Amino acid sequence: MAELDTSGGGKHKGGKVRTKKKATRVDLTAMVDLAFLLITFFILTTTLSKPKAMELVMPDKDDKNTQEPVPESRTMTLLLGDNNKLEWFVGEPGKTQPAVIGYGKDDLRKILVDQDNAIKQSHGGQDMIVVVKPSSQSTYRNVVSVMDELNITGIDKRAIVDITPVELGLLKRDGLYK
Amino acid sequence: MPRVKVARKSTAIDMTAMCDVAFLLLTFFILSAKPKTQDPTKIGIPAATIIGPIPEVDFSTILIGQGKVFFNVEGDDVRKQTLKIMGDKYKIAFTPDESTAFAGTESFGLPISQLKGFLDMDPKQRAAVAQPGVPVDTTNTNELYDWVHSARLATQYLHNKDLKIGIKGDSEEEYPTVQKVISSLQKQKVNRFNLITALKSK
Repeated sequence: MAELDTSGGGKHKGGKVRTKKKATRVDLTAMVDLAFLLITFFILTTTLSKPKAMELVMPDKDDKNTQEPVPESRTMTLLLGDNNKLEWFVGEPGKTQPAVIGYGKDDLRKILVDQDNAIKQSHGGQDMIVVVKPSSQSTYRNVVSVMDELNITGIDKRAIVDITPVELGLLKRDGLYK
Repeated sequence: MPRVKVARKSTAIDMTAMCDVAFLLLTFFILSAKPKTQDPTKIGIPAATIIGPIPEVDFSTILIGQGKVFFNVEGDDVRKQTLKIMGDKYKIAFTPDESTAFAGTESFGLPISQLKGFLDMDPKQRAAVAQPGVPVDTTNTNELYDWVHSARLATQYLHNKDLKIGIKGDSEEEYPTVQKVISSLQKQKVNRFNLITALKSK
């Protein structure tokens, strides 16, 4: 690759001692290598470091017109507890036994899809409504995970609502809230 | 018959032009790269699958970490105007120097009563200050509410656009702090905002 200096060679026997003529060309290979390495680095860092965001739309608290009555039988409630666990139930609190699950795609996503299908069948194609109730011991990550799972499963009727004492009691009973 | 000799070509290529182009591109990328801004607290953002890009102008970021809230709005002109509106509201007169210092400050987390002293320090001292966070509580008029409101007014006044708001929260942050921030946004009818997240594979 690099230019070989072939102009040298031992002393001329018996001849005059000539000063070696130096090549004016500089080997740029290493310099180009380095430049392209840096270019690659800058290209990757500029495009990858752009922050991305998930859009979150909260219902308007004051607008009474858009609020519609929520039938309990179509409502699925998610109670977010501590230690990255949550409870879910369909219907009114206390009437159906809540189940404790994790946030993984085998737990939460499966249940969301199953319940959505079940409710669509029993209610003539009407959508399931998901109410997310984060307790004060759940983390921001948990809320983001739940909203993301809802985005993935395409359930767009959802709301983040404050938790009620009855539901806190359920979390406490199952050891998800201290 | 004499053999046909193949002319021996030199293996060396002239790299001058290639080198020129490479450095031109390098210069372009270095100049267009935005310097990474340092967050005042350690924030590990959560990951989500379905995410979109966020705007770079007319954008405000609220950082939440370790129970503290920090506020930032993009653009020097918007920052200056925001500080002016806040100064009028809280009856604090900021000097032009302080205003310039504020325009160069990324995120800050101080009650407005301490802001003047903070801006009078030189930049090195400022980095050493432990910032207690912008006061947020459940009352109607907390300082974060006013900052967001002023920033929205300033964007509307200068650029005639709506300010977009992003929340950059730490994964391990407990929900009540986030809830307080969201409710101060909802009180001024900002019901659409962005949660800044990293990309996660399905």
